[in-house]
Amino acid sequence: MSSFPWLLVIGAVPVVGAVVVAATPQVRKEAGREDAVRWVALGVSLLTFALTVGMAVGYHSSGDRFQFGRSYSWIPQFGVHFAVGIDGIALVMILLTAFLVPVVVIASWRDDDSVPTVIPAVIPTGYEGAAPHPDVAVVDVADVVDGDGRHSRPAGFFASILVLEAMLIGVFAATDLFLFYVFFEAMLIPMYFLIGRYGTGGAKASYAAMKFLLYSLAGGLVMLAAVIGVYVLSARTGSGSFLFSVLSDHNRLQMATSVQLWLWFGFFIAFAIKAPLWPFHTWLPDAAAEAPIGASILLVGVMDKVGTFGFLRWSLPLFPNASKTMAPLVMTLAVIGIIYGALLAIGQRDLKRLLAYTSIAHFGFIAVGIFAFTSQGMAGATLYMVNHGFSTGALFLIVGFLVARQNSSSITDFGGVHKVAPWLSGAFFIAGLSSLALPGTNSFVSEFLVLIGSFTTYRVFAIIATVGIIFAAIYILLMYQRTMHGPLLERNAGMRDLSWREAAALIPMVALILGLGFFPKPALDVINPAVSSTQHDTGQSDPVAPHPAADSVAATEGTGK
Amino acid sequence: MVTTSPLLWLLVGLPLLGSAILLLAGRRADAWGHWLGTGAAAASFVLGVAQVMSLASKPADSRTFIDNVYNLVSVGSLHVDVAFRLDQLSAVFVLLITGVGSLIHVYSIGYMAHDPGRRRFFGYLNLFVAAMLVLVLADNYVLLYVGWEGVGLASYLLIGYWYHKPTAATAAKKAFIMNRVGDVGLALAIFLMFQQFGKVDFTGVFSAVGVPGASNVAHGVVTALGLLLLLGACGKSAQLPLQAWLADAMEGPTPVSALIHAATMVTAGVYLVARSNPIFNLSEGARMVVAIVGAATLLYGAIIGTAYDDIKKVLASSTMSQIGYMMLGVGLGPVGYAFGIIHLLAHGFFKAGLFLGAGSVMHAMNDDVDMRRYGALRKVMPWTFGTFALGYLALIGVPPFSGFFTKDKIIEAAFVKGGTSGVIFGVIALFGVVLTAFYMTRLMLMTFFGEKRWADGVHPHEAPTVMVWPKVVLAFGSVAGGFLLIHVIHVQTWLEPVLGTPAEGKPVLSTIVLTVIGLLAIAGGAGAAYMLFGRRAIPVTAPAAGVLVGATRQQLYADSFNEGVFMRPGQYLTRALVYADNRGIDGGVNGIAAFFGGTSGRLRRLQTGFVRSYALSVFAGAVVITAALLLVRVA
Repeated sequence: MSSFPWLLVIGAVPVVGAVVVAATPQVRKEAGREDAVRWVALGVSLLTFALTVGMAVGYHSSGDRFQFGRSYSWIPQFGVHFAVGIDGIALVMILLTAFLVPVVVIASWRDDDSVPTVIPAVIPTGYEGAAPHPDVAVVDVADVVDGDGRHSRPAGFFASILVLEAMLIGVFAATDLFLFYVFFEAMLIPMYFLIGRYGTGGAKASYAAMKFLLYSLAGGLVMLAAVIGVYVLSARTGSGSFLFSVLSDHNRLQMATSVQLWLWFGFFIAFAIKAPLWPFHTWLPDAAAEAPIGASILLVGVMDKVGTFGFLRWSLPLFPNASKTMAPLVMTLAVIGIIYGALLAIGQRDLKRLLAYTSIAHFGFIAVGIFAFTSQGMAGATLYMVNHGFSTGALFLIVGFLVARQNSSSITDFGGVHKVAPWLSGAFFIAGLSSLALPGTNSFVSEFLVLIGSFTTYRVFAIIATVGIIFAAIYILLMYQRTMHGPLLERNAGMRDLSWREAAALIPMVALILGLGFFPKPALDVINPAVSSTQHDTGQSDPVAPHPAADSVAATEGTGK
Repeated sequence: MVTTSPLLWLLVGLPLLGSAILLLAGRRADAWGHWLGTGAAAASFVLGVAQVMSLASKPADSRTFIDNVYNLVSVGSLHVDVAFRLDQLSAVFVLLITGVGSLIHVYSIGYMAHDPGRRRFFGYLNLFVAAMLVLVLADNYVLLYVGWEGVGLASYLLIGYWYHKPTAATAAKKAFIMNRVGDVGLALAIFLMFQQFGKVDFTGVFSAVGVPGASNVAHGVVTALGLLLLLGACGKSAQLPLQAWLADAMEGPTPVSALIHAATMVTAGVYLVARSNPIFNLSEGARMVVAIVGAATLLYGAIIGTAYDDIKKVLASSTMSQIGYMMLGVGLGPVGYAFGIIHLLAHGFFKAGLFLGAGSVMHAMNDDVDMRRYGALRKVMPWTFGTFALGYLALIGVPPFSGFFTKDKIIEAAFVKGGTSGVIFGVIALFGVVLTAFYMTRLMLMTFFGEKRWADGVHPHEAPTVMVWPKVVLAFGSVAGGFLLIHVIHVQTWLEPVLGTPAEGKPVLSTIVLTVIGLLAIAGGAGAAYMLFGRRAIPVTAPAAGVLVGATRQQLYADSFNEGVFMRPGQYLTRALVYADNRGIDGGVNGIAAFFGGTSGRLRRLQTGFVRSYALSVFAGAVVITAALLLVRVA
């Protein structure tokens, strides 16, 4: 294995970058300085991405389960290690994170050359024209006035994004449960500030940020109890440890199923809130709608996946019996989420809330795949986590562009946009097709794998989930028709198409949506061995077909006897 | 024997590349886009002809070309390849799709000449051809599903091509969503195949299900597979109960109606059933349901076709009805598979020709589709009238035109099948002939004969040459197609290696008698239409109608049913859920928060700041703990 400490460097670069960004002198309205902040943030995020790609190139899908491992004793009294290492599941999640952050940075750039974004609070009543009102202050996306009238500088925004990136990489790379927990909680802090301080502003944003924080903390506390419980169990049979390798060793821990069940529940609450599963979902639409677009992309695209990632990394390997016992419960919540999220999405009037509800449906699919305990279901769920980042990320990105143009995310404020902005509309359509999992887009592969993998073990749930694809078509096409089709609304008449900066953020996303749709193999090659190990941890194996086809594929005419 | 053919993927690749270039090049390609699109379709046709000829040169039992392009997905025991299969069944579809497709591309050059988005239109058309070829060339059900949803996408884009019209945008959405209902059936069928057989490719699945008499697969499984596949077929082929989208789909430009909603895509359901014949062979019940759906739809389509005044909607209901015939054909099992497919091919030619004719008429009438404002067009549009009339004769089944041979075979097959159900199906099919002759004669009379009823400022004229000669080619198919397919090329024999050899059987009534009855049926339907519409003047506004005609004009209330049972309640449900989510679940969450907020507010009052009250609590706590310790000791 490589001797270069890839993971430590990849985790450290954004942190150092955040410090540099925060320390960049902040002179008001000296455009040069402010741009420096953005360029530093972009440079740091691109460097992180390049390093991640470098690490991925060195990853051997047929090699050890955890690669690039590093372990340092951290709190020896409690056997806590600063231990990192990645399997294929963690690798694709880190790649997703490192890919999305530069996109977010570009998308959150200032819009000097465009219709300005204005703070909702200062829009004069009756302001409905397409052109900027002469009296309205020109304000940057990331440069908003908070409640006290102080200017929040973009430096804080971009520093928060970079800190969040480091936390996310840490949470995926941690192979020590305690370390995982630390990152799991710590990543709430930058996101809290992103929502509350850099979001849409006003009381609703504060409310959404506080709700997000308290809800997540509550789940985290329950999990902390379970984390300690696991540690105590490990201490009974040797020196206490939080290391994955120790905790997933069932011969050593010998957990009774009843104990497993309690501990499993502790983890479940936290992960179900994070993912979020029905009925723990109500914080998400508020948070996603009030956060700045860049933060929404990271929140829905990556951060929520920590919940489903947690199921795969920790719940299943540590508590296999409990996971299997409780699978019907999770499946029930998941398919409720699929149908419920879709129906709620159909009923939304706000684009950001609509996307949040579609994500609740998508998280349902991911959970169905994970708790199917088949290789197809789990691999599909893992791929789904990545693909959803691209599809919903792209949708949020475009909604952000629409909000930047019209200062509204209400569906009724758009209509006929395709006529004036065909490229924007086209990209919106492709991202939408990915969200409804049309073949040829990335999401089809993952959704198909999830459904076929769950059908073999949990047929009824799989059938209900499959019906969800009808609703997915409804919410996407309804949204698309209302915003892009139909007669051009007068207020949209002057809307411009994508700028080069916006295109730079969007093109890689669309390319990946189509690329992974036609060639998912590179991703699956990395995911498959990791899923296979995880499945092995749970002691489950794929069911065997009762009427297997004769293996002689070359048989003429296919007249099997 | 299976031969590897490394060129098959190009059949799909050429139109796909054309589509990508046309959609990505932007306005730069406006000048030459339509030529590129037509060229891509034509190139695919030429390649297709070459491949099929090479296929035909092989002995009958080794006519299968496989092109395994790459592995799409491999997880556990699931393997899905992007693999194309050209055999006798897909070959006829390749020729139909690329042949009729190329003609319609040519026609569209003229039809869309004045549309500013013509390049985009050709991009979508190419995308459709590529997706449709994936559908029929796929060597496994998953890839078939990719093509299946791909044509759904192309159909959505083309129905909603004039997206600024709310009716078009809504029709496109309706088509996609109703198709998705069917797609659920197809998807579940694939899941069930994988669960039962561990395979999703044709060879694997068919070898696992076995043949009648030597199959150990549970009967319920086979029937379930058949019914799920049928659900998929109903969505794509606009069969009851998923038929309602097709009439609305006429919002798309007329070449789209000709290619997608008449000749090719809508017949994919028939292909699916025929392709899956090893599954249907094992389930009498599933076959019966297919036949019932077909028979019901052929009647339904023919009935509602009698009442439309919109020329395209008459043709659309006719398509629905004709696909009903094909479905009935393949639902009859081995005696009918091949004839269902042959009728499909013949229908592809004459119905595409009819739609192109309707397009020319609309062009001439300033895009008016109301036949009540047509009349007497045969003199001003002789070519259109001539080609249309040949298509008309082919459709209603007058000998020796195309439909006479192909439709008769299906009716005959129903009587060959025999039994009560066979006779009932045969009688329904014959009654469908009466209705077909009626509504098509009505259409002919209202459009080309009688008095001029043109709106002011309309000056009809013959279509430009580029729009005429595709119709001439298709008219040739209308005239000779049926005879050629059945008596010269012997398509039924060609298809036998894929569809099986039907057992010899005689119809319950003799063939001659059936033919005579069929001819009387045509005469009866056409005569009735002539009495009603040929001998009297046609009012420009539709006259008031009685109960029966009123119901027919409302498509027997099918749309009202969907609206009342699914759409409205669905809207109420989503609205109620939005309310419940905000008040109920989120209210609960906020309630918990409020509870803690309130409780801590009350608890806060305990922190009075008076040392004496703190001392009291400390003392109380000490007492409790001491008491507890004592109790534990004692116990």
